[in-house]
Amino acid sequence: MSAARRSAVRGAAPFVIGVGVLWLALVVLLPLGMVFAEAFRRGLEGFLQAFDEPDAWAAVRLTLLVAAISVPLNALFGLAAAWCISRYEFRGKALLTTLIDLPFSISPVISGLVWVLLFGTAGWFAPLLDALGVRVIFTVTGLVLATILVTLPFVARELIPLMQQQGADEELAALTLGAGPWAIFSKVTLPNVRWALLYGVLLCNARAMGEFGAVSVVSGHIRGLTNTLPLHVEILYNEYDFVGAFATATVLAGLALVTLLIKSLLEWRFADELAATRRH
Amino acid sequence: MTRRWRWKEPSVLPGFGLTFGFVVFYLSLFVLIPLAALILRPWELGLGGFWDAVTTPRALAALRLSFYAAGVAALINAVMGLVLAWALVRYEFPGKRIIDALVDLPFALPTAVAGIALTAIYAPNGPIGAWFDEIGVRIAYTPTGVLLALIFVGLPFVVRSVQPVLEDVDREIEEAAETLGASAFQRARLVILPAILPALISGVGLAFARAVGEYGSVIFIAGNMPLKSEIAPLLIVIQLEQFNYAGAAAIGLAMLGLSFMVLLALNGLQAILSRRGQA
Repeated sequence: MSAARRSAVRGAAPFVIGVGVLWLALVVLLPLGMVFAEAFRRGLEGFLQAFDEPDAWAAVRLTLLVAAISVPLNALFGLAAAWCISRYEFRGKALLTTLIDLPFSISPVISGLVWVLLFGTAGWFAPLLDALGVRVIFTVTGLVLATILVTLPFVARELIPLMQQQGADEELAALTLGAGPWAIFSKVTLPNVRWALLYGVLLCNARAMGEFGAVSVVSGHIRGLTNTLPLHVEILYNEYDFVGAFATATVLAGLALVTLLIKSLLEWRFADELAATRRH
Repeated sequence: MTRRWRWKEPSVLPGFGLTFGFVVFYLSLFVLIPLAALILRPWELGLGGFWDAVTTPRALAALRLSFYAAGVAALINAVMGLVLAWALVRYEFPGKRIIDALVDLPFALPTAVAGIALTAIYAPNGPIGAWFDEIGVRIAYTPTGVLLALIFVGLPFVVRSVQPVLEDVDREIEEAAETLGASAFQRARLVILPAILPALISGVGLAFARAVGEYGSVIFIAGNMPLKSEIAPLLIVIQLEQFNYAGAAAIGLAMLGLSFMVLLALNGLQAILSRRGQA
């Protein structure tokens, strides 16, 4: 590197770093700090008061329940999709990949709306649901459907590029040595993709627990019954219980920070075992 | 001898039928059937009814605000995202790892949390909103508030698209350009920009698509005044609350169609640029 270039780069460095970091602080750090500042506006007591309410705990339980159903299903889907797309050559693969990515480019509100169009009071399947005596919209089922649609691509998108890059050599070797399908999957494929799988599950879970738009459309906001944590924040805020809203929001902000921490650790420690785009 | 047309290349690995069947079933259940409802239901109104539903002054104003604010936010994120990516790839500075991790916060922070936090900051009694209030400028409860929320949600996309490409830009070419007497500006414009432009465009497209449909972080700060600061996703929710399913689906379909057209145009631009880059 020449001396002239080094000095030119040195000259620009403080400016570029300064502008970038200031921008990030203004756009991202300030709102994060605001959540905690507002939550403790009336001290620790005001903060804790928000959790002294059965509805808040019902919301926590419901959020955990919805994530506990949708995340494993999408993880299973991600594994199946990655195996199918990375291990075989067939026509229509590009279309399949596009369809898997599609939920990312759909508005969360639309991801909720489509379920109302199918299962709402004037939905396509309303007569069928009436005959069966089942309800979907304004129930936990609706919340799960909306959450699955919104978070569908997360695991698949981490696994597909990684498994494509790893290739099938190890699985073919196992097959030659007489391993059955289950042995190939559990002893060869799964260990090779475990960190990427965890990475995908982590992102999927963060979105599932924090999703607002899609679940807001199908939930009906019934306190204690179909109110997830993000919806509980909205209700408290609209009732002008700002400290309560922000106190509840700190739980979700904490979840986001823990997610980012684990994500960074995975990128740092297991970079070689993640999809190439995650290595930086 | 010509090869026989095959739908699938033969493979000795087991599990194609099972995984392919499951993937198609799962996608049909959770993506295709729901989207079919979105695409078919607006036409219950007839072509005229569909047109009327999406061209009411209120619907037009909402669509215009959503697309306009998403476009401006994506452009601002393109510039600032480039600066951030540049700082993270080209320089070493204390706290870089934390800064890098924080770029993803808008992905990880639930949108409702971001929404109430932004409102608290930019409301007339908030820390920044108060300054602007003194000089008579309102941010929260106006389209400016919508723009700020969309800048927040779109921030990671450009950084994360450009970062890996910028890391791969061949420094030897840059140094060769420098040896041949290119100035810093010429190197940036002639060597680096062509290399990262496709990634930049795809990042802008992602940020735009996300911003058009964004709901949670916007509705708190927007004020939601019909014709003024009401976004299209909110109008869908309002139509649904009035049990106007076809009207809600019509606005949803219009939103999806318009944003796919923008993404298609960006894809085309990207294809032209990368072809030129290879030539």
